[in-house]
Amino acid sequence: MDKILVGLKRVVDYNVRVRVKSDGTGVETDGVKMSINPFDEIALEEALRIKERGEASEVIVVSIGREDAQQQLRTGLAMGADRAILVQTDQTTDALGRARALLEIVNRESPGLVILGKQAIDDDNSQTGPMLAALWERPQATFASKLELNGDTARVTREVDVGLETIDIDLPAVITTDLRLNEPRYVKLPDIMKAKKKPLDVIPFGDLGVEASPPLVEASFEPPAEREKGIMVDDVAGLITALKNKGLL
Amino acid sequence: MSKILIIAEHDGQTLNPSTAKTVACAAEIDGATIDVVVLAESPGDVAAQAAKLDSVARVLAVENVANTNALAAVIAPQVVALADEYTHVFGPSTTFGKDLMPRIAALIGVNQISDIMSVHGSHTFKRPIYAGNVVLTVEAPADLPVIATVRIASYQSVGSSNSADIEGVSCTAELPSHTRYVGLQAGSSDRPDLQSAAKVVSGGRALGSAENFDIIYALADKLGAGVGASRAAVDAGYVPNEMQVGQTGKIIAPDLYLAIGISGAIQHLTGIKDAGTIVAINKDSEAPIFEVADIGLVGDLFKLVPELTESLG
Repeated sequence: MDKILVGLKRVVDYNVRVRVKSDGTGVETDGVKMSINPFDEIALEEALRIKERGEASEVIVVSIGREDAQQQLRTGLAMGADRAILVQTDQTTDALGRARALLEIVNRESPGLVILGKQAIDDDNSQTGPMLAALWERPQATFASKLELNGDTARVTREVDVGLETIDIDLPAVITTDLRLNEPRYVKLPDIMKAKKKPLDVIPFGDLGVEASPPLVEASFEPPAEREKGIMVDDVAGLITALKNKGLL
Repeated sequence: MSKILIIAEHDGQTLNPSTAKTVACAAEIDGATIDVVVLAESPGDVAAQAAKLDSVARVLAVENVANTNALAAVIAPQVVALADEYTHVFGPSTTFGKDLMPRIAALIGVNQISDIMSVHGSHTFKRPIYAGNVVLTVEAPADLPVIATVRIASYQSVGSSNSADIEGVSCTAELPSHTRYVGLQAGSSDRPDLQSAAKVVSGGRALGSAENFDIIYALADKLGAGVGASRAAVDAGYVPNEMQVGQTGKIIAPDLYLAIGISGAIQHLTGIKDAGTIVAINKDSEAPIFEVADIGLVGDLFKLVPELTESLG
């Protein structure tokens, strides 16, 4: 296959404990560490391995968002992607808008595979992959933990609630990654330097001619309800008594 | 007046409990009429189970050999063909629903509302974001279909004393052949299903090995409990991923949850916050799990867990 397209979303880092803004209009992101969505790193790692096996010739990373998403694209280039595309907008985008924008990029680049994370750890939406596959009228293999390419088809193992499901799909197709597909590589310093010379194209979101999607109104943000403070017991006998008191044994 | 279509999750013979919980969410919308659609090779048995669910007005049975195994690319166009009559289309936020519902939403041309945890009007819902650290109130456009997944841990199953009408319907949608089912390797477990078990025992990285998980299984078997694990235990290879509880695994709400050797990362806590009673056993008294535990016990799990199993007789 010629090209693999990988989506990279800039999100609040996995280890940051996010806080709701005091006026309830959003989440505090000022001065907060930002990273590539962890599932997207897995997506990129898989694309790089496919290329390194000689089954693809180019890996393109794409992000949709503000100018600062270039940082995550540069990290993707340092991991080994060949070039990057930023679909730039200062507006908040929604899942359908992102899927429609990705479809435009797909139509321009004609990749054999699009690999995305199964969910972003900020909005936890888990929508973009299946939406892109639907709009593209191509197969989707979500929650992938194993991917084998066989010419014009792929065999994908999917992590479903009851176990591991295997499907065959025709290519091109959309894959979304689950945790155990691979372990992403670390970026080495010389690769960060090299990545600065790799091409990064910026396309204004408005230039894609994407139809505006009917927005969901994000009316308010609030912290979750806290659980009441519990009790500590000293030993197994105390635990059993406490469970019996609650009628659980 | 809301007309809601719910996509039944099933394995060809048995209706998944996620469907009864999705119905419970839909029933929170005032004055809603709720239909359930069963797409299957031979939908009779599953449709009969769905017809028993309280609050369901009609069950639509779509018989097609293409529906033998649930493939999102095959099911989505059939649902879209039926969706015209409805104001809402709901599915469970299980791997089945997460795979299917966004495909439906995109074909209809709307955003999806993921993981509804509570209903505040026909078009206003609350949902968790940032691993449950934030609760977002979201309003869908009033003049467009609402496509949503339901966070099943937030709902109790509706009762099953109903006898709704079952109607066979045909879908004229053109179905793709680009996606083909090969097989399923089910987790070989005689234990209760993690997502619907009343009691769950989970182990974390502190177990140290796959073999050491045996003490978790022994306790679970004594309690008649399902078995789960933290992401750390899954990553370490002690147990398969289908046992993972948390943001990137399963969100569960058992009556009793025992967290053994689990420190309680926020990503894990988001998977259990609707549990009735949380018990934590951990050697580190400062572990965050104790902040959410109803009953905490500090000590060596390799001593305490066998002792607990033994004491349960």
